[in-house]
Amino acid sequence: MSAQKAIDALAGQIDSTVASYLEACIHCGQCAEACHFYQVTGDPKYTPTYKMRPIDRVYRRDKAPFSGLMKAIGLAPDELTMQDLEDWSELLYDTCTLCGRCTLVCPMGIDIATVVRKSRAGLVAAGMVPEGLLAAAERAVEQGSPLIKPGVLEKVVAKQSAEVGIPIELDKKGVDYLVILSAMEILNFYEVIGALAKIFKQAGISWTISTTAFEATNIGYQMGSPDIARTLVQRIVDSAEELGVKYVISPECGHAYTALNWDGPNMTGKRHSFKVIHILELLEQLRRDGRVKTKGLDGRRITYHDPCQISRRGGVIDEPRSLIDQISSNFVEMRNHGAANICCGGGGGVSSNPRAEGLRIKAFACKKEQIDELGGVEALVTSCANCRNVLEEAIDEFEMDLPVVGLTELVAMYLDEGEKKPAARKRRKKAA
Amino acid sequence: MSLIWFVEQPLWYLSATVFVVGVLWRLFALVALGKKEDLSVARGSAGGGAVRAVLLHFIPHGGFFSKTFFHFLAGYAFHLGLFVLLLFAAPHVTFIDERILGVGWTPLPRWAFILTAEIAFAGLIFLWARRISDPVQRQISDADDHAGTWLTFIAMLTGCLALQESNDALRIIHMLSVEVWLIYFPFSRLMHAFTWVLSRGNMGAVFGRRGVTP
Repeated sequence: MSAQKAIDALAGQIDSTVASYLEACIHCGQCAEACHFYQVTGDPKYTPTYKMRPIDRVYRRDKAPFSGLMKAIGLAPDELTMQDLEDWSELLYDTCTLCGRCTLVCPMGIDIATVVRKSRAGLVAAGMVPEGLLAAAERAVEQGSPLIKPGVLEKVVAKQSAEVGIPIELDKKGVDYLVILSAMEILNFYEVIGALAKIFKQAGISWTISTTAFEATNIGYQMGSPDIARTLVQRIVDSAEELGVKYVISPECGHAYTALNWDGPNMTGKRHSFKVIHILELLEQLRRDGRVKTKGLDGRRITYHDPCQISRRGGVIDEPRSLIDQISSNFVEMRNHGAANICCGGGGGVSSNPRAEGLRIKAFACKKEQIDELGGVEALVTSCANCRNVLEEAIDEFEMDLPVVGLTELVAMYLDEGEKKPAARKRRKKAA
Repeated sequence: MSLIWFVEQPLWYLSATVFVVGVLWRLFALVALGKKEDLSVARGSAGGGAVRAVLLHFIPHGGFFSKTFFHFLAGYAFHLGLFVLLLFAAPHVTFIDERILGVGWTPLPRWAFILTAEIAFAGLIFLWARRISDPVQRQISDADDHAGTWLTFIAMLTGCLALQESNDALRIIHMLSVEVWLIYFPFSRLMHAFTWVLSRGNMGAVFGRRGVTP
């Protein structure tokens, strides 16, 4: 591997938007105030804008206006070396969850998270991807999922189908909706599959899950590999087109929504022939249309953790609140909720990177402070399986007593199913 | 050929030309890098998002006001002060009238000039003091940041010294410092005076399509 490959990869990521960000940064350092990794360590190297330094150097040396002149008079930055890339590997992979909270505080409005994600392409080219992420990406390409082995999905779906007593047909052509799931949901939070079956049955929705393109997680997007990211998006696109669905439902997974809906068509180079709808958007639409009815209210003091990619960077902010309002009598908002919410600490591939585990757990202190301020919270609701997993791990580490609940599952618990409803409520209350 | 003639005639035109052409070229070259069409289905308006982001980021939002109050106060003190001095200092109004636009306006009275200059100096000095004392800013600052600050400081200071217009030497020093500043500007981070609109606007456009303005 050579630094030149990384330099070329970084240069290839710089368009006029990225250049405008790099040009506008005045090194004021206010972004540090928004970064949970800086906040819990106080280490200046974790300042978000500092993470843009490698791509900024490539820009100023090779691509910026007057870069030739600057090189000629010896004022261009030094060329990136393998050592530089190695030095920034931790900063780019371990200490940025791509949460984008730094954009809020930036007087220039710089989208540092996007620049960091694009900067990772340089480390991919240099062969400096953390082992955990790389292995996950290889499994995603080879076996269809970073965590789910072939055949496991079928077993999990069959079990959930039996549990809720609703048939779930895989690879069914001619249905309206294709559901994709994150590996974390299939592995740890598989009840969501049964929850979807119940909700969709009541709404009268025809749907299926593909056995070849069930995985929503796009590890290539997180690690900064445009090729792998494109391959994984294309797999879903091909499956959706083959099944002839009108919609692909993006699940409770933060970056999956961004990767498929917002950046997916740009990766494949053509507009999707289907519409991508986030599960929360769909649930809220069904509720508004009267196709999903709930009954009863959860009396626990609950709050909602906004997954960064779904709210701040995805625009799905009102829908979860509207849904929670229908099923909760004691919903409280955290300070700076919605677009300003604090990250769980494990997004952007950080949770798939064992090297980052210690700092990730430490960074949860910022989230904990936000929760603790409310006092007496009895359940934390979220809509991202990765957030949920990261939060549960950190909550255990911090010895807190706080269940984390998926919003889709919570809605399903309060579905107005006639006679079946009281049993579901009783089970949930017992769990509480 | 006197020194004051040289500074006020050929050197002034040279530096002003470098400034104007350099800024325009830098902005053109930046935009000319281009970007691919966004093929995703928009939920909101890119244009609306761009406008919202440009306006929204004038004031810290998202709960950071107390943490960034220093930057907010010192930043606005310096920038607003500088613009007022630039456009309303009596010698500047005369210069703009006679040498640039052919039209003038009512200048600041002397007491207002002094007050504004003090506010602008306080803002700039505090910002620079923080740059050399705050661990975060020390980590991320480079030579360009310091050079831009110092050139601006010198131009302002010499401007105050030359306010009375009673001494040619002081006027020459001020003109020279301004001309160095103008020549340095397009090649430096001082360009943020223009690129902030592009940065905020681009970010706002991306997220405006998604229906949110971070």
